Amino acid sequence: MAIEQDEIEKIAELARIRIADEQIGEVAQRITRILDMVDQLQAADTAGVEPMANPLDAVQLLRADTVTETNRREAFQAIAPAVEDGLYLVPKVID
Amino acid sequence: MQWETVIGLEVHLQLATRSKIFSGSATDFGAEPNTQASAVDLAMPGMLPVLNEQAVRYAVMFGLGIDAHIGMRSVFDRKNYFYPDLPKGYQISQFSDPIVGAGQFEIQLEDGSSKQIGITRAHLEEDAGKSLHEDFHGMSGIDLNRAGTPLLEIVSEPDIRSAAEAVAYLKTLHSLVTYLGISDGNMAEGSMRCDINISLRPMGSEKLGTRAEIKNVNSFRFVERAIRHEFERQADILESGGRIVQETRLYDADRDETRPMRSKEVANDYRYFPEPDLLPVVIDEQYVAEIRKSLPELPADKRQRFIEQHQLSAYDAGVLVDSPALADYYEQVVAACGDAKIAANWVQVELRGQLNKNELAIEASPVSANSLGQLITRILDNSISGKIAKQVFEAMWQGEDSADEIIEARGLKQVSDSGALEAMVDQVIADNAAQVTQFLEADDGKRKKLVGFFVGQVMKVSKGQANPQMVNKLLAEKLK
Repeated sequence: MAIEQDEIEKIAELARIRIADEQIGEVAQRITRILDMVDQLQAADTAGVEPMANPLDAVQLLRADTVTETNRREAFQAIAPAVEDGLYLVPKVID
Repeated sequence: MQWETVIGLEVHLQLATRSKIFSGSATDFGAEPNTQASAVDLAMPGMLPVLNEQAVRYAVMFGLGIDAHIGMRSVFDRKNYFYPDLPKGYQISQFSDPIVGAGQFEIQLEDGSSKQIGITRAHLEEDAGKSLHEDFHGMSGIDLNRAGTPLLEIVSEPDIRSAAEAVAYLKTLHSLVTYLGISDGNMAEGSMRCDINISLRPMGSEKLGTRAEIKNVNSFRFVERAIRHEFERQADILESGGRIVQETRLYDADRDETRPMRSKEVANDYRYFPEPDLLPVVIDEQYVAEIRKSLPELPADKRQRFIEQHQLSAYDAGVLVDSPALADYYEQVVAACGDAKIAANWVQVELRGQLNKNELAIEASPVSANSLGQLITRILDNSISGKIAKQVFEAMWQGEDSADEIIEARGLKQVSDSGALEAMVDQVIADNAAQVTQFLEADDGKRKKLVGFFVGQVMKVSKGQANPQMVNKLLAEKLK
């Protein structure tokens, strides 16, 4: 299954990855090779086979509803690029 | 053209757990920014989510409360989008296999009728953080305290046909989750947020029109206004031959209008896939059965019981079961005075009137249910009239003593002494000769009305303390 150039642009936009125009062709080829592998998997007959989430049929363990975390804001904010009034600062997201 | 409004609601309900859905951070409202955001909530590398059992339990409680299919094996998925208040770059939600499947519940409308509204599904997910856009030198401030707070997203079928039905739906839902105790339901603090899907179609048509989605409306009043506004906007477009564009709009309460969100704010390709960090959640029949056994009496059942046991009208019963605290209060008053009807009147009119006026919750009422019950007992045994009782209630509300002490101290006891009453009646008859003549000349039908004048005069002379039944009897004997 071949993937088109505009699809690559759209996926890159959604994933916030910048791909130079001259690289798009190569990226498209590589993703197409991956999709070819997916096609092979798709061809396998899976009728009647339950999707497997875990080879040992494990299921999600649940934790009790207790507060176990303490306030570690200072440590976390020490490694943040910009903070003010206890908030993390990021480039403005709306104008 | 007559248009029919078709509405479906998505409610994001904040669950009342102590800790977050996937981490051990606290969920208290109003904490200092980022003091309740752990490494998991901040999406530090290598952090893994662990599911909170209480969130699962609350979701199942809701499912049982709406008679829904419970997902015995539910799956978490990633919903991918970028926004700074979502540090992982995806929200953990449930897509293909939610914990609560199809169900329904009945809503009560103002005109006394009721209607079934279908619930498509309800699923667990995590909340995002909060973005603050003002005053940070051209930057945005991010508070991640709310990130990871458990939400139950409740999706209705497009069964709602008007703003009034939408509000009734939300009130019923609010009442249900408060009874279940799975959420504090505090809309002002964002515990119940609503997205509205709305479209119009010509009356009688079966085909659905193109819908608009209005995001994040957070009060009953705004839901009503947003729907009214959106109805007019869509009707104008359709009537002038235009077409509705499927889009997401924001309700602006200050301007009372909806406007489209900018395309950048709209992520329309979430690329859901199963969350590899969480295994399927499997619950068994025994778990569900135990939860079913622990459920309290739900508002719809309580309402029905009030109608049958206390012989209340559907409307009165609906008002009284609105919150579990109000319903409990009412039943305590009934137990104390023994008269369900008068108790209902007093709780609904006098008590709720004062509570609303003073913006108090029932829990904060200065008059206890027992005290109110005692006051009503004094009306029932003819110690005081209903009118005097209102004065006594007022004094009780102001923090004075019990009903009996107030009645005693102020000398409010009803005058039932026939000698004293007779003297008052005689005086009123003597003072109003003209009205007496008029009365004696009138026919029976008119007399019934005219006698009210004399009763009123006697009540005035007695400062409201005369026993009205006895006054009526005496007047009937004397005005012949």
